[in-house]
Amino acid sequence: MSAADWRGAMNAGVGRLAMGKLVPARGNQGQSTISKPAEQENRGLSLISGIRLRHVVVLAFLLAFPVYASPFLTFQIGAQSLALGLIALSLTFLGGYGGMVSLAQMTVAGIAGYSVAIFGAAGSSDAAISLGWPWWLAVAVAIVIATLCAAFIGWLSVRTEGIYTIMITLTVGVAFYYLCLQNYSVFNGFQGFQRMQAPTLLGINWRDPVPFYYLVLFWSLAGYGFVRYLIRAPFGIALQGIRDNPRRMNALGFNVTAHRIAAYAVAGVIAAVGGVLLVWYNGLITPNSVGTSWLINLLIIAVLGGMRHPIGPFIGAIVFVLLQTFAIDLIDRERFNLVIGTVFLAIVLFSPDGLLGLWAALKSRVTSGSKFPTPTGGIK
Amino acid sequence: MTRFWRWFWSLALLVPLAVFVVWGIWDNAKLFFITLLNGLTLASLYFIVASGFTLVFGLMRNVNLAHGSLYLLGGYVGYFVAEKTGYFALALAAGFLVAALVGLLMQVSIFRFMQGEDLRQTMVTIGLSIVIADLMLWSIGATVHQMSAPDFLSGPLRGIPLIVAYSKYRMALLPLGIVIGVLLWLFLNRTRVGMMIRAGVDDRAMLAATGVNVNLVFAVTFAIGAGLAGFGGVIGAVELSMVPGEDVRLLLASLIVVIVGGMGSVVGAAVGAIILGVAETYGLAYAPTYSVVFTFVILAMVLAFRPRGILGAAA
Repeated sequence: MSAADWRGAMNAGVGRLAMGKLVPARGNQGQSTISKPAEQENRGLSLISGIRLRHVVVLAFLLAFPVYASPFLTFQIGAQSLALGLIALSLTFLGGYGGMVSLAQMTVAGIAGYSVAIFGAAGSSDAAISLGWPWWLAVAVAIVIATLCAAFIGWLSVRTEGIYTIMITLTVGVAFYYLCLQNYSVFNGFQGFQRMQAPTLLGINWRDPVPFYYLVLFWSLAGYGFVRYLIRAPFGIALQGIRDNPRRMNALGFNVTAHRIAAYAVAGVIAAVGGVLLVWYNGLITPNSVGTSWLINLLIIAVLGGMRHPIGPFIGAIVFVLLQTFAIDLIDRERFNLVIGTVFLAIVLFSPDGLLGLWAALKSRVTSGSKFPTPTGGIK
Repeated sequence: MTRFWRWFWSLALLVPLAVFVVWGIWDNAKLFFITLLNGLTLASLYFIVASGFTLVFGLMRNVNLAHGSLYLLGGYVGYFVAEKTGYFALALAAGFLVAALVGLLMQVSIFRFMQGEDLRQTMVTIGLSIVIADLMLWSIGATVHQMSAPDFLSGPLRGIPLIVAYSKYRMALLPLGIVIGVLLWLFLNRTRVGMMIRAGVDDRAMLAATGVNVNLVFAVTFAIGAGLAGFGGVIGAVELSMVPGEDVRLLLASLIVVIVGGMGSVVGAAVGAIILGVAETYGLAYAPTYSVVFTFVILAMVLAFRPRGILGAAA
């Protein structure tokens, strides 16, 4: 292959990613997924040309959502889905692009939430523990602490590989849950912290449904754009290479361990921002917010949407929240776990790439008319 | 690691431990030894449950996160059988059999079709654990089910020096754990099926190539592993209690035991169970609100120095 061909192929690869199409991110052959970062001007061009009609439509829909939806829908469905989606995005980044499925992302989010409660101001009953710092300082400190914890969890779990990750992160997550539950001097035990509110700034009370929705939307878009950028940056490309073949990347001179820990830290930042937003949404944080069911719910959200594209967790979160709010009316409020467990089982059994994988298979079947859907790598 | 650092870390670990032991005995010898016994008997339960987990993981690379649900299921079954018939032995057998049957069903109907897909199998077990836990909550409810010990094991055992009296049932758990460990060791090391399982742990593909029906071996192992969880459940129904949430607790214990002890190794499970059981009970006795921290510190240190666990083989 000549140099010109090679450059063309590389650019095509970048363009393909930028179009927002589903690329086989988890293909068996590493070559198909790794596209080299192109020159700066090409990247800039493809960013603009990558914006398509559907992006504009989705963005317009999201921006206009509070106009035609009731405050209940805006807050309960819109804001909650976006906040959960943002936290799940960190898992998608780690799992889909780093090959490390961490169950401790809700723990990282919880650490951020607890930090906001401990350093900032919570309700009157917990004043003895809360330090009462101004909200911006508390939030900044919370995100730093959560990121450090995420890096530490990463450091622990990257020492072993593959399936061990899920065991170690689950252990860390459940251990943190029990710590919050048993400890009263710092984490206020079973009660946790109540009455936590988004601050009032610029004369806007960010706790109100519509401003809060836009706040969460802003950070979700920021997180989405950040991940989209990162997976095409040299770091993201190296990370995907490490996912597909760590030994080869090591032989090429990449520090595999450092890249993995850095991925945990980056995912930690995203999860921490989501965690702060989720605490403001819920207005409280208790051990149950970081309990096993929520650790697993986050995995359900990520897997439900599909781990092959950063939009997956948001789709998963919307489905999850809709199920949580409406579908349980069909059976029984108490039986939500049964519903979500069954849905999760069905997705894992029949479409390992989640709803996005289902959509891609459907589309390829319709467009090509072929009997066989395109081979998908699936989550291994 | 150089010799110096090995000595350094050993001392850094052992000296505080020795100081604590001396202080503990000097301060309150009775409390210290009762806590030790509590820790060892808890370790016995952890070992029984975790050995099933490690067996399944070692052979099939299947992290069965529904192991805790099987534990809870076995406990409930044992409770109801004991209530109906009044025989503890029957409850033990029923708990083992029902859990083994569910495990067998899981292996034959699902996991057989996704061999080698570790992560997907794990996710399926997560889904199953949610569904099973909710079905049990639905049918049995959230009330605490506590089984009473069989007659010949109820009441305290008196006349022990220093600690005076100790529950007969808990005392009996010690030999039970040892017997099960020895039986498991004999099964794995002295029988033909055990030999196949060990061969499968080392190299699945080679075992299949020698003409062994690997699917059968997998099914048997999964049934035994799940059965041990159910068996542990019946024991736990007396020692602890059966209530939704216990499944997570025992799953966490199993995970820590196999991570600390080394995955796929039954002896490692015994070592891990003793460390966890003793650390947890001492934590609860001497620093109740931070007991989880001790467990976590142990986990972190083991992972830092021996990522494959204390007795884990290199990959």
